[in-house]
Amino acid sequence: MSLLGEFALWIAFLIGIWGAAAGFTGGRTGRADLQRSSRNAVFALAITLLIAMFAVEWLLFARDFNVEYVAAETSRNLPTFYTWSALYAGQKGSLLFWATVLSIFGSLAMLLTAPRHRIYLPYVAGVVCVVAVFFLTVMLGAANPFARLPFTPPDGNGMNPQLQNPGMVFHPPMLYLGYISITIPFAFAVAALMSKRLDVDWLVAIRKWTILSWLFLSIGICLGMWWAYVELGWGGYWAWDPVENASFLPWLVMTAFLHSVMIQEKRGMLKKWNLGLILAAWVLSIFGTFITRSGVIQSVHSFTQSPVGSYFSVFLFVSIVLLTILYVTRLPLLKTEAYLESLVSREASFLFNNLMLVGIAVTVLTLTIFPILSELFTGNKIQMKPPAFNVVNVPLGLALLALTGIGPLIAWRRASIPNLKRQFAVPVAAGVAGALIILVLGMRQVWPIITIALACFVMGTVVQEFARGVRARHRQYGEMYPLAFFRLIARNRRRYGGYVVHTGMVMLFVAFTGMAFKIETEASLKPGESVSLRSPYGWTYTFKHLGVSQYDALNRQVTAGTVVVSRDGKTIGTMVPEKRQHVDSFGRPTFQPSTAVAIRSDLREDLYVVLGGVVGGTETAVYRFTINPLVWWVWYGGIVVAFGGVIVMWPGGTVGSNRVASGYTAKLAAENAVGAGE
Amino acid sequence: MSEPRGVSRRSFLAMSAGAVLLQTPSRPPVVPPSGADSLADGGAAGQLADPDRAGRPLEPVTARDNDAAIQAIEKRLQCTCGCGLDVYTCRTTDFSCTYSPGYHRQVLALAASGMTGDEIVAEFVKEHGESILMAPPRRGFALVGYYGPWTLVGLAAVGLVLLLRAWARRAAAVAVVESPASPAPTPAELELVRRELQHFES
Repeated sequence: MSLLGEFALWIAFLIGIWGAAAGFTGGRTGRADLQRSSRNAVFALAITLLIAMFAVEWLLFARDFNVEYVAAETSRNLPTFYTWSALYAGQKGSLLFWATVLSIFGSLAMLLTAPRHRIYLPYVAGVVCVVAVFFLTVMLGAANPFARLPFTPPDGNGMNPQLQNPGMVFHPPMLYLGYISITIPFAFAVAALMSKRLDVDWLVAIRKWTILSWLFLSIGICLGMWWAYVELGWGGYWAWDPVENASFLPWLVMTAFLHSVMIQEKRGMLKKWNLGLILAAWVLSIFGTFITRSGVIQSVHSFTQSPVGSYFSVFLFVSIVLLTILYVTRLPLLKTEAYLESLVSREASFLFNNLMLVGIAVTVLTLTIFPILSELFTGNKIQMKPPAFNVVNVPLGLALLALTGIGPLIAWRRASIPNLKRQFAVPVAAGVAGALIILVLGMRQVWPIITIALACFVMGTVVQEFARGVRARHRQYGEMYPLAFFRLIARNRRRYGGYVVHTGMVMLFVAFTGMAFKIETEASLKPGESVSLRSPYGWTYTFKHLGVSQYDALNRQVTAGTVVVSRDGKTIGTMVPEKRQHVDSFGRPTFQPSTAVAIRSDLREDLYVVLGGVVGGTETAVYRFTINPLVWWVWYGGIVVAFGGVIVMWPGGTVGSNRVASGYTAKLAAENAVGAGE
Repeated sequence: MSEPRGVSRRSFLAMSAGAVLLQTPSRPPVVPPSGADSLADGGAAGQLADPDRAGRPLEPVTARDNDAAIQAIEKRLQCTCGCGLDVYTCRTTDFSCTYSPGYHRQVLALAASGMTGDEIVAEFVKEHGESILMAPPRRGFALVGYYGPWTLVGLAAVGLVLLLRAWARRAAAVAVVESPASPAPTPAELELVRRELQHFES
């Protein structure tokens, strides 16, 4: 099976080279046979890579420990559930996963692209093949998932305990899907640049793809936060780790693009900027993979480090140079069709929104690579850790939150003073009311107060937009309010789906403030002893330690502490945090003992208990007890963001934007005809 | 004529609810007596069968370990085990870490000798360099990290405002040039446009 897999990789490599050559030559010369061949090459690439992926899965399930990757990532007693995810738990498998999914996305682009946009497809096939060939080169050169050991160990090393979590089964593929799907809009952007067809057409062709990758990235990031929270045991969900940042960077840039592209579609402006954003998002997605894989920056994701970093750095450098040349040579073709008419307009607010999003991206990037920068300029490595990230990013994030509310309130082209007064009255009142209420309730911290006020302001905007839309439909069509509400969203999914996303973002921002009120304590308790903590809501939680039990599970030896929790004297449940020693099938320890956190959640706060260990081999256990307010709202916010993204992406419904886009295309066609006539 | 029924639906539901209500309070929380051994056949009371499974043996937690001032100091110091966490979070999260407990003991010892928080942190910096800090001090090259992004965003914002003003002026100039050729809209046309825009916006 490993021979079949390796053979498939080599065939895919050759197909990729041919597909790239045929695609670019076919696109340039217009030869139909080459164009067809490049399209077929992408399909063939997908089939061969699927065979290779199937081969890896077969070897993993067969526990063929003579294969280095299988021995490194699995053991005989690894649960079946995680055997599947072992495919992307390690370096080599995840590279194969990347290349395979890319070829599948490429095939879907070949099949689903509307006939009027097929002119770009040869170049798209070429770009997809080039990127796939790069990943195949890395696999065949430095990270072959089919490489064999000179001996066959009796059992494998087993999967890293931190990866044996349901979150890790879904989080990495989601992020990978996000990273990988960016390659398709990127390929269309390169196609537009190479073919010099830089009107609005390529933007229409990539609309669904950009939202899809943004959606995958959003879900992947949220799942990553959830995994970090439930698995790592430090009591938080975001630590500005380089690998977290690497996923956040393309998300920020894609979010900026999703806003600014509306200006190009409606007004024919920002062509250079939008192209730049798509190219940057792709470069950042590769940079993200480079950060994850190279180990150039210290990260909790160190389990993925290997020597492939040099491959990525060369590819990144060559890509940036070639893309810059291509972009600069096409600048004369990227002239704006219109000029902004007023500083107080929707266009201007979107530009400021872009400024903040890209500003935060630059900030995060700078602080992430700060050890490298500081070493380069001063010879000393200066690490920027979460406190420094928060100091810099919190004001920028709040400015962005404010713009989330301001943007929809300002009219396109030019806003008048009476219009502004009418639009801003309710949201501003909501913001002020929100701030006053929490001041009266006793909150005195500045940043949380500002966050709550801005959150109320943005929600005021969203509610006002929905209310006006529903009222207008009710008046115009006589629809009942609930029906008008659903039809309002259905008829303009992009706009109202966007507001749903804004609502999710507000929920996330409010949830983040909860961390400012985190309460924690450490205690060693004998059986029967208890410790009390007072929550920010005024309740007193008492944690009573009952005892410690030990038992064997499938691939681990478990030491579990049992804690009875009561709130204001009333028992509310039992929590069982664990200490796990993972073992192979011979009972030999495979990793350092790890912790499995016990979490009890409700809408207001989470109780988070970690079992640190025991004192002197007795049942006296050392615990860390934490009360984390509002954490569930992070997950709900993520779900709402994803739901809004699905609404935006759902086919049909965007009558208005289609009309605008087609109107703009017609205008371009008319102008071209006049130009040709002259 | 309907057949007689033994129990009506309503009385069945009432009886079920009554049974549930009667059951609920009769189940107090299961709490073993204090100090009881929870391990069946586990040897002497309170002793674990295999302590090694629970990781490194730990010391009992004292009041000083939870001292807010000590925690605050430890949250300013980075553990050097590679986790990227501060000393407090590392020692209360990764209980297999061999670095953070040592740093914790050092912080306790320095605090016991009468040093203030800043002095303790300075002592750590003297020993390990500034890389031990979670947030580097705002001086030297670190200023680039703290203020560079804000400066960049600020300058970009100023540049954007200037650019937008230039665009707005150019758009106005284009409108002036075009205006003689285009007849002024009538009030009826303006009303039509307003209605269309309103319709589009809704």
